[in-house]
Amino acid sequence: MSYNFRFSALEPYAGEIVKGVFLTLQLSLITMVIGLAIGLFVALGSTSPLRSLRVPVRIYVEAIRNTPLLVQLFIVFFGLPSLGVRFDANMAAVIGLSVNVGAYCGEILRAGFESIRPSQIEAGRALGMTAGQTFRNVVLFQAVKAIYPALTSQFVLLLLATSVVSSIGATELFHQAAFIDSRTYRSFEAYTLVTLAYLGMTLVIRAMFSAIYWLVFVRRPRA
Amino acid sequence: MTRAFSGADVIYLIEAARWTVALALVAIVGGGVLGLVVAVFRVAAFRPLNWLASGYVNLIQGTPLLGQLFIFFFGLPLFKIQVDPWVAASMALSLYSAAFLGEIWRGSLQSVSRRQWEAAAALGMPYGQQLLYVVLPQAIRISVAPTVGFLMQLVKDTSLTALIGFIELTRASQIITAATFAPLPVYGTAAVIYFVICFSLGRLSARLERRSHAAR
Repeated sequence: MSYNFRFSALEPYAGEIVKGVFLTLQLSLITMVIGLAIGLFVALGSTSPLRSLRVPVRIYVEAIRNTPLLVQLFIVFFGLPSLGVRFDANMAAVIGLSVNVGAYCGEILRAGFESIRPSQIEAGRALGMTAGQTFRNVVLFQAVKAIYPALTSQFVLLLLATSVVSSIGATELFHQAAFIDSRTYRSFEAYTLVTLAYLGMTLVIRAMFSAIYWLVFVRRPRA
Repeated sequence: MTRAFSGADVIYLIEAARWTVALALVAIVGGGVLGLVVAVFRVAAFRPLNWLASGYVNLIQGTPLLGQLFIFFFGLPLFKIQVDPWVAASMALSLYSAAFLGEIWRGSLQSVSRRQWEAAAALGMPYGQQLLYVVLPQAIRISVAPTVGFLMQLVKDTSLTALIGFIELTRASQIITAATFAPLPVYGTAAVIYFVICFSLGRLSARLERRSHAAR
């Protein structure tokens, strides 16, 4: 092999990569929050006794889960403008990702709600707790504990999926790799470095989430 | 020069979807062979093999597939391997699938009760026979539904290979969009085709899961 690896060529762009890391974290957090809000409606809608509410929510969830994120982004960014709805790339990225992750969050939250048995609420009430106390001490704690692992892995999946929005020109970490590549012609080095940056982020975030899980649910200071 | 989006384009998209399916099948076969190694390494009674396999899974599941595809696309030529998007895509997706299939199959292997191993050992079977005749047949039954579920995920993931220039359903949609300048109907059609493939696989997976529960 005669190729000379020159990761040092990327050194002047360290600042770009750090900036990309923060942009990616920011994008992931924003879309996760919006996705959770959408997910709450989805979970409530899909367990609703109203058929007129349940059916459209199921259609939304199935449509999102059975098509690729990339195509969804193309529809938002390239398709919607022909209907007169126009977004810039970053806005389209936030919308596309939120709508996508909202469907998945909805399924997770629904499972969380369904995991609480009615007898738990009855037991709380029988112990003399008010409805609010029962919700806070019995329902919420268990529901959050039940969905926490799924939500955290959904967040990591989202973080990795944000790399796809570089294809519509939204600015985040993967976009920075393309920029550095265009300046240095060191494609392999640039994409390897950025991919490893994602690995670092997911390792740190996973460790953080499991530390929080241990502090809140395992140690249980108030049990 | 632009032209209208027509029935011929729909046919072209459906034909391009064959490459989506072909790529997913190549990746699940290639990833399956390697995934079997990952699963066996994960459960082997030798620590360094466990670490090697879980390190591999963490590496693949902790980085974006897009990054893996680009590394292969730009990295293979450095080893004097002809850089066809088809080669880069199928290699990257196979390695990617191996990590996920390895985890699915490890879970299936571990969900077979310890007592089944012990019973087989009590019958005088050596390790290889215990695995082959007692544990594997049960583990395979458990693993079929999640494996088909992963195939559905994989079909969606193949769309990313459009970004390294592999002509499958998504790349074909980009090409037709450039010619017709009708992004909404084109990407809408592509979405419908993906939906048909993935929804059928999802249904199949759910049916297999019900059947495997009924059989036990």
